Amino acid sequence: MAPDGIGAPLRRKEDKRFLTGQGRYVDDFNRPGQAYAYIARSPFPHAGITGIDKASAEAMPGVLGVFTGHDLAADGVTGALPAGWMIHNRDGSGMRTPGHPILQTERVRYVGDPVAIVVAETLAQAKDAAERLEIGYDELPHVVGTADAAADGAPQLHDEAPNNTAFFWSLGDKDKTEAAFADAAHVTTLDIVNNRLAPNAMEPRAALGDYDPGMDQYTLYTTSQNPHVARLVMSAFVSLAPEHKLRVVAPDVGGGFGSKIYVYSEEVACAYASMKLRRPVKWTAERTESFMTDAHGRDHVSKAELATDADGRILGLRVRTYANLGGYANLFGTATPTYLYATLLSGQYIIPAIYAEVDGVYTNTTPVDAYRGAGRPEATFVVERLIERAARDLKMDPADFRRKNFIQPDMYPYETPVLMTYDCGNYPAALDEALKLADHAGFPARRAESEARGKKRGIGFSAYIEACGIAPSAAVGALGGGVGLWESATLRFTPTGQVIVNTGSHSHGQGHETTFAQLITSYLGIPTDQVEVVHGDTDKTPFGMGTYGSRSLAVGGSAIHKAAEKIVAKAKKIAAHLMEAAEVDVEFADGTFTVKGTDKSKTIQEIAFAAYVPHNYPEGVEPGLEESAFYDPLNFTFPAGVHIAEVEIDPDTGVVEIVTFTAVDDFGTVINPMIVEGQVHGGIVQGVGQALLENCVYDLESGQLLTGSYMDYCMPRADDVPSFKVGMVETPNPSNPLGVKGCGEAGAIAAPAAVMNAVTDALGVEINMPATPERVWQALATGPAAVAAE
Amino acid sequence: MYNFQYHKPDSLDAAVTAIAGAEDGKIVAGGMTLLPTMKQRLAAPTDLVDLSAIPDLKGIGLDGDTLVIGAMTTHAEVAHSDIVKGHTPALAGLAEGIGDPQVRNRGTIGGSIANNDPTADYPAAVLGLNATVRTTKREIAADDFFEGLFTTALEEDELIVSVAFPKPAKAAYVKFPNPASRYAMVGVLVALTDDHVRVAITGAGQDGVFRASEMEAALSADFSPQSIEEMALPAESLNADIHGSAEYRSHLVTVMAKRAVAAATG
Repeated sequence: MAPDGIGAPLRRKEDKRFLTGQGRYVDDFNRPGQAYAYIARSPFPHAGITGIDKASAEAMPGVLGVFTGHDLAADGVTGALPAGWMIHNRDGSGMRTPGHPILQTERVRYVGDPVAIVVAETLAQAKDAAERLEIGYDELPHVVGTADAAADGAPQLHDEAPNNTAFFWSLGDKDKTEAAFADAAHVTTLDIVNNRLAPNAMEPRAALGDYDPGMDQYTLYTTSQNPHVARLVMSAFVSLAPEHKLRVVAPDVGGGFGSKIYVYSEEVACAYASMKLRRPVKWTAERTESFMTDAHGRDHVSKAELATDADGRILGLRVRTYANLGGYANLFGTATPTYLYATLLSGQYIIPAIYAEVDGVYTNTTPVDAYRGAGRPEATFVVERLIERAARDLKMDPADFRRKNFIQPDMYPYETPVLMTYDCGNYPAALDEALKLADHAGFPARRAESEARGKKRGIGFSAYIEACGIAPSAAVGALGGGVGLWESATLRFTPTGQVIVNTGSHSHGQGHETTFAQLITSYLGIPTDQVEVVHGDTDKTPFGMGTYGSRSLAVGGSAIHKAAEKIVAKAKKIAAHLMEAAEVDVEFADGTFTVKGTDKSKTIQEIAFAAYVPHNYPEGVEPGLEESAFYDPLNFTFPAGVHIAEVEIDPDTGVVEIVTFTAVDDFGTVINPMIVEGQVHGGIVQGVGQALLENCVYDLESGQLLTGSYMDYCMPRADDVPSFKVGMVETPNPSNPLGVKGCGEAGAIAAPAAVMNAVTDALGVEINMPATPERVWQALATGPAAVAAE
Repeated sequence: MYNFQYHKPDSLDAAVTAIAGAEDGKIVAGGMTLLPTMKQRLAAPTDLVDLSAIPDLKGIGLDGDTLVIGAMTTHAEVAHSDIVKGHTPALAGLAEGIGDPQVRNRGTIGGSIANNDPTADYPAAVLGLNATVRTTKREIAADDFFEGLFTTALEEDELIVSVAFPKPAKAAYVKFPNPASRYAMVGVLVALTDDHVRVAITGAGQDGVFRASEMEAALSADFSPQSIEEMALPAESLNADIHGSAEYRSHLVTVMAKRAVAAATG
């Protein structure tokens, strides 16, 4: 095996440039003659626009142009940002998703909704001019609360969507589930709020439009997780320019967490303004703009129930969820609370009957879309809080209760009642390993020791499952998805023997440059320092679907595998010719072709040279050594594992300290264990953030975002978490050639339930996220009733 | 940020002249509050008078038993000063707990108390330790200095020169940080001088830093956590926001005060 190949904890190749300040982020790009844009936004949560007078703004020093939605329309940019996934109502009718205009001309629907782009020689001049822009607003009543939006008498956002309801969707067998509950010996019920989160990528969103009038060609540098999809949306739905006239470059991107999947108004506006002004136009979000306008995550309100029999076996699960979509239905906004959520409600368990109903509702808030985990954290939270609560209600050990209801290792493929077919796993093994790592047996003594110090200690489990590597394109289409979710790769040997990998995946922190190079090392025997991974430029890479949903390795890596197989197949023909052997007698291993039973050999670099200098070459074989592959997955992948949180609470202040956190994950085959562990760490911290710290809050009265800066939005810091205990169980995935499952979201999916199960174990009282010191103190001081009334 | 005239005087007189001559001038010390506010276009002074080049405003020294800290002394300098540690360790500890290293290396004691942010730490120290604020015009007792949210007894053309702290017999500062900003949600400074105890509370009050007179009386009689165990400030006068209700802050004041007393006696 190549020393830097699959399984090696290789240090990340890209980190040298990041750590030395030599990364090239969008805001690092500057073009000659560049102008600066500022976006004029709605200060109101809901208002009609009575008029826009640009004259005063246009007369300000340095101003080059002020453009509104009327200008875009006049120039043929008539489209809107789409909701990319069709959801059907229970009655079979389609969802109600009126378009999401680039710049609002008629009505604004959240604080921060963009109305105009002001372009000037300097940013300060653009801001000065924006202050002079006269936008007439006629304020309308607003609604921001998830549970309030569909209520009678609530202010209405879209004429096309009565009761602010985009869809009322269901999944599962209602009658069977009701029968299961009718037969139950015990029913556990929880009212669950899955708090709204702001994504907080380290690099704020940015866009630099650069129009070339000679070529009639748009180049857009932007913070995107999927440049080809961005180009497709801007062409097919927004009508900015045809795809062949639009190049999207997403270079080094400083984190996305889902929020940079979507096309945003600012990107279109900068490209358009560049075309109008014949000048490059740059916009970079300020942090408060990021809080206001990056797509938010989560925001569900659910009533969830679990039915069990007298022996502690699960009979059924049902849930009614209100999912806040924000002011407009976004790209994955309708898929996230439906097919990415309710399909995971079986968790790791044998649950004979499941039924979910989801109301997708509009509110006067920032659009909500996929955020690290996207539906699966919400599902895991429902399942794992119910499981833990049920175990306590039944006076069963939560680990034993889980073990009793687990899908067993010999039951695969396992079909759940909610569409999924799990292909492999070993849930009891992960639980056993986690119990051991967490020293579960020692918990009673640790709890007693805490109590002796006046503290309350609790332990909580989260046996999560997720569906990653979305998915066979035909399945995506059947479920309403607007695209196919395959991935692409091109492998190109240089004549001197290096390999350039052009991938449709996109790295914005995941370490693809290293992981993908390790694949090449293992498949082709080329050292990782002679592999260049190219991504993030529609002119350089084959059409690809981008990076989200922990899909890059399972789908994009499989495309690389497929292309590598094609390379070896072609190279083998050339090698056979050069070694004067029959092709069937040529073998390939560790970068070298050999002829069975002889000492003849040729390195793959020698073959590459011969392919480009084909003087002595097999007949009928094309010169060159470059292959492309498209890979469409056979199934979702199903990473799963068990996380255990142990917390200590100071009853005087309500402060929750996470004392230990243990994560045992099954990601299938692991390519780079160090990168995987890093992804687990980051995910756990985001999950801990949701459980204890983060909350995106709109004021019910004013509709204003109260958490618009780090003064009020509580991001986790290093001292908020302990060092983690991380373990692995590997059941190689049978559904892709790499055996991998995906690891990017697991921590964020698993951790919230583990932490909240530990907090409620310590308190003996139910409490919703985030478990802030005040909420914990209140729960202790006044008991469950006051918390429920909150 | 809007444009403004920038002044960097090298003497107190020149600074006073500059601020008096400005249309809508602001004095900038460390700039930890003012500059972010200006960047967000929430403040638009015509002139900024930067005090960083004035030697008279710097330094830490002892005047008999009195600790004198120049207005432009940074939090980091106070935190690491052997003089401060020898005189009032609680004050060095308080300074060490302000913000982050960047803030501590830029922010100053004069800037902090002149701004009188209701969640700042230093006002609790100045009031709780019964300090005297020495200005270009006069000496102001701490009890007269803090007048309410972002409001002090300073006149428009009056600069803080230094702050003079008498030596307490015992003192401690304990705060409960806002989980997001890590400013004081509740900060309590307890100081025992001769037979009298002062308790100054920051972060919690609607009008900024204040003294808790009932706690002072109880602690003057018996300087122990138990003496204030059952004592809670009325919630009506306390701040409430998304991080904590007035009731929670009231509870925290008692908890932090008890912890401060324990720390001072421990």
